[in-house]
Amino acid sequence: MLSRTAENLYWLARYVERAEYIARTIDATLRVTALPAAYIGKTNEWESALLTAGVSASFYEAYQEANEQNVVEYLAFSPSNPSSIKNCIEAARLNSRSVRTALTSEMWDTINSAWIELQEVWGKGTSSREELARFLRFVQETSLRFDGSAYRTMLRNDAYWFSRLGLHLERADNTARILDVKYHVLLPEEEHVGGPLDYYQWTSILRSVSALTAYHWVYRETLKPWLIADLLILNDTLPRSLASCYSNLVRNLDQIGVAYGRQGASQRHARGVRNRLEHSHMDDIFQHGVHEFIQEFISDNARLGEIITRQYLI
Amino acid sequence: MAAAFDEMNGPGGDLRPAYRELSRWLKETPPDALEYRRQEAELLFRRIGITFAVYGDAEAQERLIPFDVIPRIMSAKEWATLEKGLKQRVRALNMFLRDIYHGRDILRANIIPDDLIFQNPVFRPEMNGQSVPHDVYVHIAGIDIVRVDADNFIVLEDNARTPSGVSYMLENREIMMRLFPDLFARHRVAPVERYPDELLSALRSVAPISASAEPTVALMTPGVYNSAYYEHSFLADKLGIELVEGRDLIVKNDEVFMRTTEGLKRVDVIYRRVDDDFLDPLTFRPDSALGVPGLMSAYAAGNITLANAVGTGIADDKAIYSYMPEVVKFYLGEEPILKNVPTWRCREPKDLSYVLDNLSDLVVKEVHGSGGYGMLIGPAATKATIEAFRDKLKREPEGFIAQPTLALSTCPTCTASGLAPRHVDLRPFVLTGSRHVTIVPGGLTRVALKEGSLVVNSSQGGGTKDTWILDE
Repeated sequence: MLSRTAENLYWLARYVERAEYIARTIDATLRVTALPAAYIGKTNEWESALLTAGVSASFYEAYQEANEQNVVEYLAFSPSNPSSIKNCIEAARLNSRSVRTALTSEMWDTINSAWIELQEVWGKGTSSREELARFLRFVQETSLRFDGSAYRTMLRNDAYWFSRLGLHLERADNTARILDVKYHVLLPEEEHVGGPLDYYQWTSILRSVSALTAYHWVYRETLKPWLIADLLILNDTLPRSLASCYSNLVRNLDQIGVAYGRQGASQRHARGVRNRLEHSHMDDIFQHGVHEFIQEFISDNARLGEIITRQYLI
Repeated sequence: MAAAFDEMNGPGGDLRPAYRELSRWLKETPPDALEYRRQEAELLFRRIGITFAVYGDAEAQERLIPFDVIPRIMSAKEWATLEKGLKQRVRALNMFLRDIYHGRDILRANIIPDDLIFQNPVFRPEMNGQSVPHDVYVHIAGIDIVRVDADNFIVLEDNARTPSGVSYMLENREIMMRLFPDLFARHRVAPVERYPDELLSALRSVAPISASAEPTVALMTPGVYNSAYYEHSFLADKLGIELVEGRDLIVKNDEVFMRTTEGLKRVDVIYRRVDDDFLDPLTFRPDSALGVPGLMSAYAAGNITLANAVGTGIADDKAIYSYMPEVVKFYLGEEPILKNVPTWRCREPKDLSYVLDNLSDLVVKEVHGSGGYGMLIGPAATKATIEAFRDKLKREPEGFIAQPTLALSTCPTCTASGLAPRHVDLRPFVLTGSRHVTIVPGGLTRVALKEGSLVVNSSQGGGTKDTWILDE
């Protein structure tokens, strides 16, 4: 297929995934900030929402204070934030238009309808919590519909695999970013364990990667920080875990390699990252530092993106 | 201007046979049902994203072309005449182009003045002596047809460069079949859906000799911001070929390749929807970012077929148009089946003085204009507009032609005050491959939605209709 088509499919999937992730981040933050101060402590949750979205620096170029109104506006609707939900949906539609021939009509319909709704219903932003909640649901449903229609309607060929690469790369980055910002509340410091503050922080982390229920099914335990870290980093059965993202990345890259009869740098690199995840234990990770581990992962993941681009997309 | 011929209720208001069932159906169908269907159609168009851009209108970057749900109907007999005439005309266009860029018999026979060719900006000296596969220049032609009475079809304009609109022909039919299955059941309408197949086989048939047995065809678009982008992606999808932009292509050793995820892949035929000027910055406009450097040299080497060929503009130029009846006779030795609109060439002093004396009755068009821009419709224009135009005309008479205002036929159309006659034209799409000329029965009917308006262009508020050729 055309390199440009592959590139568009890859970014299309990334933008949709990112929009959903930002929506989840806002949603989770709203829940935490609705709690009495005694439960959440003095940390500014809106500040950390900006950090997880990776747009903290650019935010302060436009705003003074990281409060609910400003952050929601910036994350959801701001035209000047390249990763705002609005910009993600617009970029997704532009990408879709460029590669209409590679999309199924269901996928196009999802993105095009979302883009129309974004303008017709959400053009002026939201003016109440209730509206905001509806907006966030709309974004998450768009992502689910898009993902579902890709899964159910696309031919299993390189178009599908490149779009999956974008999805899993973005997803791995998002999960890693939450961990990067929140790792400190996961550190096993005895005196904090079980305190209400941490409990709600943990819930919030799990919620933002839609893993709260999954946690209980996997561990059948009350929330424990090292188990949460284990779930999000190493547990291959959780779709948003780093391990799961890399199983998928390796699989999709292998499928491309087989179809094209050639393996390359991206297959090797992805396999390297996956193997590291497979052979890691939470004890070791904590021993060597969660923060360092995550930082390294984020840069490895970004590097995979560069290698894929060089190998296939330009 | 004589009263317009109505295609449903002919002269004297007698219901014409092709419309018998439709008329009966319209009587049975409550008006709100039509309105409801109209809204449904609009919703479908918007969801599919069938939009076009209007240049110079930042507010409406993507607009829908209004769709009228009442079909325009022709009998098989009417179509047969039209089809014969269209094939004849397109054969002549191709022979004319071959001649202009080679022997120039028609100039030596003094049928067309030399300067009309050589001083014409759309004449491409790069094409002199250049052979193209099977001598086909115009692979896809859109011939704009109007009718003025029951028997006469008249060619308003030949489009031999990159005619658009065929996606509307196909989508209009899809949507009509979804919305009005019962109405279809009462007619035998000739299908149009094989158009993409015929287009693909025409394109493959003109692949260069150096191509493999399975030639690779690609559709080249200027990109998502082009007004006809939807059509480009629609056609590439239906044909199952790559939709490429200039930056996807690269020329190496006079061969054209596209950049793919598996490396470079050779392309043999490009159905290009990019104008000549933007094809190759090395040959034409150096500022073109849409083109492919070296494309023309690969073309000259015979390694790529461009459809349509470069330089076809000289055949659909409005100044050449007026010679088309002679062109048909010259090459085919036949009487033209389709008539031309009588045309005054303002470059000729006798014609000019007639035009200047009768401006308020005439339509004056720029020789190189298209899309309904820059024309004067005398009967509808104010005195001031006419006078302003008169000055323009005197300054540069060779830039204009003039034609009488035709009483374009009308068809029943949904309007705010119920069904009413509106003026229509027709653009059938004529395909020329290595062996034959084919036309899918029908075409794009454009309708001027404003009462009394004769301008059907979508950029000027025109709409479209599904066109039915009844299979008797």
